[in-house]
Amino acid sequence: MLSVLGAYSWVNIKFLLSGAAVTVFVSIVSIILSYIFGIIFGIIRYVQIKYLSAIVGFVIDIIRNLPLILIIFFTYFGLPRLGFKPTPLWATIVAMTVFESMMIAEIVRAGINSIPVGQMEGARANGLSYWQALRYIILPQAIKNMIPAIVSQFISLVKDTSLATIIVLPDLMNHAQIIYGQNTNYTIPMFLALAVMYFIVCYSLSLLSQYLDHRLGTSKEDKPEEVAQTTESN
Amino acid sequence: MIQIFHSYGNLLLTGFIQTLWCSIIALFFALIIGSGFAILEVTPIKFLRVIAKAYIELFRNIPLLVITMFFYVVIPMYIAKISGFAAGTIGLTLYSSAFIAETVRSGIQSVDPGQMEGSRANGLSFWQAMRYIVLPQAFRYVIPPLGNQFINLVKNSSVLAFVAGFDLMYQGNVIASDSLMSMSSYLCVGLLYLIITLPLSYYMRYLEKKLA
Amino acid sequence: MKKFLSKLGILFALILMVVGLSACAKSSSGSSKPDVLAEDKKSETITWGVKADTKLFGLMDVKTNRIQGFEIDLAKAMTKQILGPKGKARFIQVTSQTRMPLLRNGNIDAIMATMTITPQRAEQVDFSRSYFDAGQAILVKNGSKIKNVHDLNYSGAVVLGVVGSNSVQNIKKFAPKAKVLQLTDYSQAFTALRSGQGQALTTDNGILYGMSVENPNYSVVGGTFTKEPYGIAVDKGQKPFLNAINSALTEVEKSGQYNKLIYKWFGNVKGFNLKGAYRQ
Repeated sequence: MLSVLGAYSWVNIKFLLSGAAVTVFVSIVSIILSYIFGIIFGIIRYVQIKYLSAIVGFVIDIIRNLPLILIIFFTYFGLPRLGFKPTPLWATIVAMTVFESMMIAEIVRAGINSIPVGQMEGARANGLSYWQALRYIILPQAIKNMIPAIVSQFISLVKDTSLATIIVLPDLMNHAQIIYGQNTNYTIPMFLALAVMYFIVCYSLSLLSQYLDHRLGTSKEDKPEEVAQTTESN
Repeated sequence: MIQIFHSYGNLLLTGFIQTLWCSIIALFFALIIGSGFAILEVTPIKFLRVIAKAYIELFRNIPLLVITMFFYVVIPMYIAKISGFAAGTIGLTLYSSAFIAETVRSGIQSVDPGQMEGSRANGLSFWQAMRYIVLPQAFRYVIPPLGNQFINLVKNSSVLAFVAGFDLMYQGNVIASDSLMSMSSYLCVGLLYLIITLPLSYYMRYLEKKLA
Repeated sequence: MKKFLSKLGILFALILMVVGLSACAKSSSGSSKPDVLAEDKKSETITWGVKADTKLFGLMDVKTNRIQGFEIDLAKAMTKQILGPKGKARFIQVTSQTRMPLLRNGNIDAIMATMTITPQRAEQVDFSRSYFDAGQAILVKNGSKIKNVHDLNYSGAVVLGVVGSNSVQNIKKFAPKAKVLQLTDYSQAFTALRSGQGQALTTDNGILYGMSVENPNYSVVGGTFTKEPYGIAVDKGQKPFLNAINSALTEVEKSGQYNKLIYKWFGNVKGFNLKGAYRQ
């Protein structure tokens, strides 16, 4: 029993927390970047700019349908060919941003599509230009609809950072593995710590999503669309 | 790349089959478990609702890798020996079942509550009404999102590589380090994943449009 | 449905194009790479790819959050030798699986990560002369029926190894009937051994000694059955850097620093042949 308690010695906790800090840093940076790029790509996808939209759509479909681990390998091993030498940290951030912004672009596309065509027609009839209508009429409604799906995508993002242990990102998962790799008795305590720490972060995000969902009142009337959007895991 | 396909075709093929196999097993059980918890979540009995909610939140908020490693590392130390493939498939099943439960639940809730009330008024029990009236309608709504869950499941099956599950990703790692052509090897692996996921994803989009 | 199918057709055509393009890109790339030695001299830093999961060679220390081990100390000593007293050694953690792509793509300048010099690898990278002579062995639980590598040669035996290490190839020669599971790194592989996923773990003796020091319930049995000289790997076409590494290694050996490091890390390891490892 005592040996098990040793798993939570200050030294180990500090080491775990330093891993958690990396997880949180990678998550926050990737969330911000993928939110921005996701919305841009989603709009490009929706507005049908000749060739550009088709190419962007194609790229989104390819990346969305690949396992994240592959994307991580491609960025870590591939970026140096373009002249960058990323550390595992930045390789992970780039991989996360690429993958997640494509997922978000797809949510944005679905969200905009869920707004009835009449809205756009009405706005145009009232003298707004296409871009004005998109900017002031369509997007605000669409984003309101999309927020739950986007937040649940971010929860996936946080969880998925654990996959980057494969390129030795010194994150929470990696540090827990190092600790139990060095002492057999710490295996279960470390898994417990992992579960609790990831759960706290992810569950608070999911509470946030429920709160926003409530606050924005997206329930009831447009349920079918919402069903279609609560699909993203990773 | 052609070279990789030529010299490691066998490995890639076994990996491809293993990935498909693992995904199908996991999908089958995740559908059963997920639908079960989805129904529990909408029962009138509070105790069952709490259990279902706890299960779903637990597995939705912990990384798949943690769940899988738990089955690979901890279970064999104390309970029973299980292979990497089994550990990965179990982890994948539990993880996906939580997402499927959420999807099915939102499908059930999108069915007009009047349907349930009407059938209850006509003398059906809660379970009968669920089975014959609500669920068939709910599943029609949730087929596209369920399809997307399946795509996610196929992609997520790549965690088997962490536990030597002989899946496509694992074989990709083996080939990359044997041939020392990492980029081409992983491109081949990516192509094989796309063969499974891309048609599915287009078909789901087509269904979504048709149902809308 | 028709539209859906035609879309699918276009898509696969596009995929084929991408594949073709990438194949072309592969064959035309290469050659003009920057001179690593000149760049490192300018930045006064050498980036080494090292292990962080291997006791005695390179292991992450939980207390200090730093990697420590024989290879780390040797890399530091050699960096000073090459770049002068101001030179800094930068360490990037690698696994057997990631080290080769990282070197060839330029993330790291050199690999010092328990990597055996083999003819197959020498086609892809250039090796320094050996800086440590290991040999492959097996690690089993105390009291196991397995006494040496030949005991593993029965169907149903499972041997654990690490993706990208040459020990998994070797074991197929010595115990062809055994099944080999390849894990992503040594801590995963040892965890798998402990949880009973296989009867034995195979890799180089130095690494296995490190595991048995940490976990006295496991021991190295049967002695070594291959020779595994560890070399420092650098990318092809970096002759000046390779020469600098070789002469730095000679200097470190001559000055007695090398023997000090061997004693520091392996002095207390039971069963380790210190005298055999010393160099003048």
